[in-house]
Amino acid sequence: MIALYVIIGVVVVLLIVLWFLYNGLVRLRNQVKNAWAQIDVQLKRRHDLIPNLVETVKGYMKFERETLEAVTKARNIALQASSAGAGERAKVEGELSSALSRLLAVVERYPDLKANQNFLALQEELTSTENKISFSRQFYNDSVLRYNNQTQMVPSNIVAGMFSFKAGEFFEVTLAAEKEAPKVSFTQ
Amino acid sequence: MWEQIRSNQIRSVVLTIGMGALLILIGYFLGLAFDSAVAGLVIAILLWVILSLVAYFQGDSILLGMSRAKKIRPDDHPRLFNVVEEMKIASGLEKMPDIYIIDDPALNAFATGRDPNRASVAITSGLLQKLNRDELQGVMAHEISHVKNRDVLLMAMCSVLLGTIVLLAYYGSRFLFLGGRTGSRRSSSSGGGGGAQLIILVVALVFIILAPIFAQLIYFAISRKREYLADASGALYTRYPEGLASALEKLAASTEQLKSANQATAPMYIVNPFRKKGLKASDLTSTHPPISERVRILRAMAGASFNNYDQAYRQVRGGKGVIPAASLTAETVPIATIKLEGEAGEANDIERTRDTSDVMWRLSNYKTITCDCGARLRVPPNFKEPQIKCPHCGRTHQV
Repeated sequence: MIALYVIIGVVVVLLIVLWFLYNGLVRLRNQVKNAWAQIDVQLKRRHDLIPNLVETVKGYMKFERETLEAVTKARNIALQASSAGAGERAKVEGELSSALSRLLAVVERYPDLKANQNFLALQEELTSTENKISFSRQFYNDSVLRYNNQTQMVPSNIVAGMFSFKAGEFFEVTLAAEKEAPKVSFTQ
Repeated sequence: MWEQIRSNQIRSVVLTIGMGALLILIGYFLGLAFDSAVAGLVIAILLWVILSLVAYFQGDSILLGMSRAKKIRPDDHPRLFNVVEEMKIASGLEKMPDIYIIDDPALNAFATGRDPNRASVAITSGLLQKLNRDELQGVMAHEISHVKNRDVLLMAMCSVLLGTIVLLAYYGSRFLFLGGRTGSRRSSSSGGGGGAQLIILVVALVFIILAPIFAQLIYFAISRKREYLADASGALYTRYPEGLASALEKLAASTEQLKSANQATAPMYIVNPFRKKGLKASDLTSTHPPISERVRILRAMAGASFNNYDQAYRQVRGGKGVIPAASLTAETVPIATIKLEGEAGEANDIERTRDTSDVMWRLSNYKTITCDCGARLRVPPNFKEPQIKCPHCGRTHQV
């Protein structure tokens, strides 16, 4: 009789532990999902800003057709990849970043443009969107790290295996693209 | 990881319990000095509960109202709004906090709101003008950290405890002097217990004098610790301790005192609103650590993680670290070297001043018309005419 109670007790304790571990994993996975949604919002915001930017800049820039086209093209590619996985997206977004930085570098040569109120407002938005992208990426990667750690460490890895929690993918921008990230550098 | 800083507030909790014990003791002794210890306890706890409820439900609106803070919309000051949103994202806060500007040349900022979903941050117009984008980011990261670490609620509750103790001690000692005389007359007529009652009276008196002092010291200790932790979290969010460090330096250089601050609200601000120049705040009796020390710790950080902050803290202050052990991880978090906004498109002093004054005029319902000649006309809200003439060049404008 006592043995039966002991067995029941052990089973109940195990179930409770399982329950907590499972919920913990779900919470972390949801956080990763939310963090990804944040990045997505910011990347979309950047995609939306670019046509405005190109439109504003076009009138001033007589000789930079290629640079402008590169930005538009990179944006279109990024737009098409917007439902791809983290790795693929990081790559095309990185290319968009470098195309943008090349465009913004040549703005230096157009003092009229730098005095344009519309452009200044766009510039603030673009700077901030770049920051938001990198901060949301930072938060996303931290969340993924925490989630992956949890899926790999004993004992939660057992639960993760049972209910097939898959490891998350980091959003890494290649270093070259990072360095070239739009330096919105048109000092006044 | 960093979330754990929130659940690792053991020291703060212990100190808060210590303050609670002080409150109960003072109630008990006060009751004892009169007739019934139970009545004293009940009064003390009742007072505390009422004040806590007020602080919990109305604290943020009282604080914001007292400092005459004005709420802004995103397009009122895009830069400020964007910076706050950036920090909201970096910290993983779920809801965007409300943003307020206080029209005051003093340099300061604070966060309020009882939980992360009802948070507000406020900044003085003086500080908004002074800081460049990186520095503003550092300050906002510090404030958002207070929200994220739940310091706002903790400090509000502590200040209510402190306030209750001070109130009880103040009024208790007054009544004790009045009531003590009648009490001794009564006891002398009944004879016997006069000596024992005298001892109780003396103990109660000593305790009533000491309790507020102890409570205040505990309060300051909690407050200072939370400031260090918010600096550490701020550095982690921005990955750029230098931003906050240089903002703090600018804050330190100014001695203008905030008109609307008072002793009770002081710990809410990023720096002590009552600091004086050249005076190194003594360690025990200040709500904030000395600014110079905070700057030195931030600048000594080798990376942006809590570990790095802890190391820098130990290096600058000696002794034990400040970060709870469970939040320390071996991860390396590099400091951001490329700051997009630092070199770039940065508004200079004059532009920042103009932006800020534009917002302040707009918030007081003035209309701004920019004339083609470059002059800016400020139209007061009670201006009734349909047209206005530019005093500079004479063009007429529709209002």
